[in-house]
Amino acid sequence: MSALRFVLNGEGREERAPPSTTVLDWLRLSARLTGTKEGCAEGDCGACTIVIRRPGENQFSAVNSCLLLLPQLDGCEVMTVEGLSGPDGPLHPVQQALVDTDGTQCGFCTPGFAMAMFAFRDGGEPAEAALIHEALAGNLCRCTGYRAIVDACRKLPAAPAQPAAAGGAGSVSADGPSLGAHACGGQAFHAPATLAELMELRAAHPDAVLLAGGTDLGLRVSKQQEAFARVISTQAVSELATVRAGADALHIGGGATYTQALPLIDAKFPAFGALIRRIGSRQIRNLGTLAGNLATASPIGDTLPCLMALDAEVLLRARGGARVLKVEDFITGYRKTALAPDEIIAEIRLPYLPAGRDFAAYKVSKRFDQDISTVVAAFVLRREGEMVGELKAAFGGMAARPARAAALERALAGKPWTPAAHAGIDALLAEDFSPLSDHRGGATYRLRAAAGLVRRFQLETTLTGAPLRVEAL
Amino acid sequence: MTVPMTGIQGGVGASIRHDSAVGHVTGRAIYVDDMPTAAGALEAVLVLSPHPHARIRSIDVARARAAPGVVAVVSAADIPGKNDIGPILREEPLLAAGLVEYEGQPVAAVAARTLAEARWAAKLVVVDAEPLPAVLSIEEAIARELYVSPPQTMRRGDAAAALAAAPHRLAGEVSCGGQDHFYLEGQVALAIPGDAGDMLVHSSTQHPTEVQHGVARVLGLPFSAVTAEVRRMGGGFGGKESQATIIAGIAALLAWKARRPVKLRLPRDDDMRATGKRHPFLIRYDVGFDAEGRLLALDLLLAANGGNVADHTPAVVTRALCHADNCYWLPALNFRGLACKTHTVSNTAFRGYGGPQGMLAIETVIDRVARHLGLPLDGVRQRNFYGVGANDVTPYGMQVEDNIVGRVMNELDQAADLAGWRRAVDAFNRQSPVLKKGLATMPVKFGISFNRPALNQAGALVHVYTDGSVLLNHGGTEMGQGLFIKVAQVVADVFQIDLHNLRVSSTSTSKVPNTSPTAASSGSDLNGMAALDAAMQIKARMARVAGEHFSAPESEIVFAGNRVYAGNRSLSFPELAQMAWEKRVSLSAAGYYRTPKIHWDPNTATGRPFFYFVYASAAAEVAIDTLTGEMRVLRAEIVEDCGRSLNPAIDLGQIEGAFVQGMGWLTTEELCWDDEGRLRTHGPSTYKIPGSRDVPPVFNVRLLPDAPNREATVFRSKAVGEPPLMLALSVWLAVRDAIAACGDGPVVLDAPATPERILAAVETVRG
Repeated sequence: MSALRFVLNGEGREERAPPSTTVLDWLRLSARLTGTKEGCAEGDCGACTIVIRRPGENQFSAVNSCLLLLPQLDGCEVMTVEGLSGPDGPLHPVQQALVDTDGTQCGFCTPGFAMAMFAFRDGGEPAEAALIHEALAGNLCRCTGYRAIVDACRKLPAAPAQPAAAGGAGSVSADGPSLGAHACGGQAFHAPATLAELMELRAAHPDAVLLAGGTDLGLRVSKQQEAFARVISTQAVSELATVRAGADALHIGGGATYTQALPLIDAKFPAFGALIRRIGSRQIRNLGTLAGNLATASPIGDTLPCLMALDAEVLLRARGGARVLKVEDFITGYRKTALAPDEIIAEIRLPYLPAGRDFAAYKVSKRFDQDISTVVAAFVLRREGEMVGELKAAFGGMAARPARAAALERALAGKPWTPAAHAGIDALLAEDFSPLSDHRGGATYRLRAAAGLVRRFQLETTLTGAPLRVEAL
Repeated sequence: MTVPMTGIQGGVGASIRHDSAVGHVTGRAIYVDDMPTAAGALEAVLVLSPHPHARIRSIDVARARAAPGVVAVVSAADIPGKNDIGPILREEPLLAAGLVEYEGQPVAAVAARTLAEARWAAKLVVVDAEPLPAVLSIEEAIARELYVSPPQTMRRGDAAAALAAAPHRLAGEVSCGGQDHFYLEGQVALAIPGDAGDMLVHSSTQHPTEVQHGVARVLGLPFSAVTAEVRRMGGGFGGKESQATIIAGIAALLAWKARRPVKLRLPRDDDMRATGKRHPFLIRYDVGFDAEGRLLALDLLLAANGGNVADHTPAVVTRALCHADNCYWLPALNFRGLACKTHTVSNTAFRGYGGPQGMLAIETVIDRVARHLGLPLDGVRQRNFYGVGANDVTPYGMQVEDNIVGRVMNELDQAADLAGWRRAVDAFNRQSPVLKKGLATMPVKFGISFNRPALNQAGALVHVYTDGSVLLNHGGTEMGQGLFIKVAQVVADVFQIDLHNLRVSSTSTSKVPNTSPTAASSGSDLNGMAALDAAMQIKARMARVAGEHFSAPESEIVFAGNRVYAGNRSLSFPELAQMAWEKRVSLSAAGYYRTPKIHWDPNTATGRPFFYFVYASAAAEVAIDTLTGEMRVLRAEIVEDCGRSLNPAIDLGQIEGAFVQGMGWLTTEELCWDDEGRLRTHGPSTYKIPGSRDVPPVFNVRLLPDAPNREATVFRSKAVGEPPLMLALSVWLAVRDAIAACGDGPVVLDAPATPERILAAVETVRG
């Protein structure tokens, strides 16, 4: 068991701390770097945003330090707002832009915005409105009304630049990351580097908590102050980080983050990519994994309806072997899966759609960005002329687990794909689902919105011209 | 006389950036939770009630007290003074005593060496309570006549007779939800016990004097033994007015008990559960009007959900009644305001303070009247605007002397071409079956001054040092709104010195006593004038010294461009400061201001509560999806009357921020309680304030040009904090307009206009 090694604002650090310590708490309480703020401790406000560069990566990613456990920094280069500019040096361009546009009022959210903007600029993306909003979706400001902050993003010089204080890319000390196992205060954290080691650990410690990004798990530490006795992270396992376009399917490794998976998903399933861009924020997607979303088996689980409609499979691996399950069979109930205590999710396979299929994914929530769905839906349609050959319709937010709408699918098969044929879908959906009423929406609304999404799909696959989504205006 | 008018950097009217901008972007600006604490300082955590209404049988703190690291545990029984922090009425407990009256009410608190230890120990406090039936809705409170303060009325003429005689009459009901302040910095206080029982409290508060009084009452100390101090807040919006006293009071109680510094910072969930919000209102109306839409009589009930205690509710209801006219002349009216008592968290001040709810009421009524008659909304409004010289008396008997509502609406039309915009929206709707657009304008007239005259006073303290640098202090607090820079600009302008020569220090009850809250948009009006007074006193003394030095009459001494002139001869400002000291002339002064002309009789609800009005107008375009109810704001145009703005850049930020915050209240921000009275939306994962994408992609704000305040405010400027929030009602009305484009039935929509409510309204309008 060795100390954690990482570079913080250009300076090498070796730290020992209980693994269930959030990076935010460590920064503020131990390192006394108080520029990084706690606004919510649930990964939704972005005031705690920092940037990290993981081993082997060449650009910084924004993350929520409130959800990140300290051992997840092992081997990383880390920068907080304190690292953007030296004590007496010039402001970093993102800071100067915020000052110049009057982008600060109370200033409490500002360090988080500055770091999100730093990552945006480091990524070298063009300063277009859609990308700016995507980059800022994980940061809330209650004072300015954002116009000035968005203007500051527009003013950023396009070329990526290094932080002034760090004097160029700091490098993790020659020793590199530690050996991947840390223990302190009766808690252990393992970050195996190979699949074989991971399988050994999983077999040896079936009661350990698996961490695949930790955006859900981190909440248990930040909100409930849970201390895990043993955590096994999939983050450093190189075999799990791969995202590959195979001959028949997209293969997404169990450790691949949303951000890592997005380019290929965008290329092969653009509607799925657009939906993923509404899951959390970049800060969340830079940590969170598709496998983690599957394993938590949330009744809403934004990706699950897509995975179901697309006939995705999940490859589960244990030390003794592997098995493949349909995603539909993997999810067994409310937050329940078929994952055995000695298994891990090794891969998610997304088979390519045969030519001529229509695929759409929709999400309805109170706010467009960074909101948990009220209803999420995915549709795959095979047409036979003007008729429905086969429709796959999967929904989240409608039941204890995401599920296909069997009655709807059966009833529409062989029917004309026209609005007239949709008169009865409200009743069919009511047959398929008895949704809950909660703060995200009433049961009646969920059913109506779900029916509305079926109608939208029909219109989008048959109408051309008139816009059908408010975000398109 | 030739005086070179070189001017100064950063005087009144200059667009100067926020004084802490660099501190904000570097993370070096210090908030209370960032302050280094002395060794031995403790961290505190609250124990909150799980019941909305229950009788406390016992509070067992034994296990918590014995837990590792714990130094003090307190409940109501430990309070040495009075368990009362009521800001307006008395008997409002700091910690629940005997009875809990909302889920999330603080019952006890724990202080330990570390936050982790305090959190752990707080879970060990056992509150044994017998649940009682809870009243959770405004309707039930009205039915049972449960109020936190007496009903209020405002009347003119014989409304009942005028209603009966009116050619047209409509009655209905609409409700609007509350709103969490969601300041990014949660409530926090650091209490430090001092000599002889003194207590210093660093508090994130808009009202240091109330924190001082609250802590003194709780600890049984004279006010003089307690100092409350605040350098900056990470947002306030009204939520850190009375509510900050809860946090400061408990921190001070723990510090008193532990005899050590104690910091209490609420995690977001505790903050949202334990502290008050904007008042939800239930509105019932009965309106009589003629065929052109002229309002002849209005009977209006404004019922606020006050929560468990009065807190600010009586005053919020008064302000709602005082803004239910908005810009309209109402010949006969009967307004009633109810401060309903429920077993939910006590609601409190929030930017607008009843004004938004009052205006939502009248705008819904006029929108309904216009749609009923098939007339354009703007035309109906115009027929009802206050006149100039006639039809110009408000329901509370104040004559509207500064009416420029016609002008701000004209400026809006000039800027946005409302007719052309309407044609484009209608054309879109004709060819779009699924998406429908809506367009609406919103005029605003908002009264400036606290309704309670006594609060309209302020103090300031200005020191000139012998190197010519100036230290400024006043009773106003900085929460991001740019008050410090505006007041500094005022003083720089008086002395005619560059702004960088001034520093503003933390607000402290030990420097300026008996202050009013920084609230009601009044910060720069009040504190700017108090600082002006202090600076003018010193300037007059310095002018005498200069006059003696130059052997010139004082009337010929001119301060300009960092120098002081007598004809062609001059001294630098620092030279004159040094000279004044040599001559034993004081360079320090306390300034004072009280707003003239105002008076208010709460018994008759009449008077002149407001020194002046701020006027503004906005137009907004939205699109709704008739399949899902999703909505997007596409464009907003604003004209805002800032008088002669002290700082246009700061004012612009206030206007944009207020508009977006108002949009949030009316669209995505929905507070939900379950049937057991538990708040289900207590963090940003469930409570959705606007994000950057929600801001209209076309968003233009104009300050009304050449519009000095008619009244003698500080440099003829006008207040800006609250009025633009109500411009967001244009978005609400545009949503109604889009719904109306879907069918011929009535538009039935409550706020916030969530996708769920919009979809239901679309179905209703289609019949």
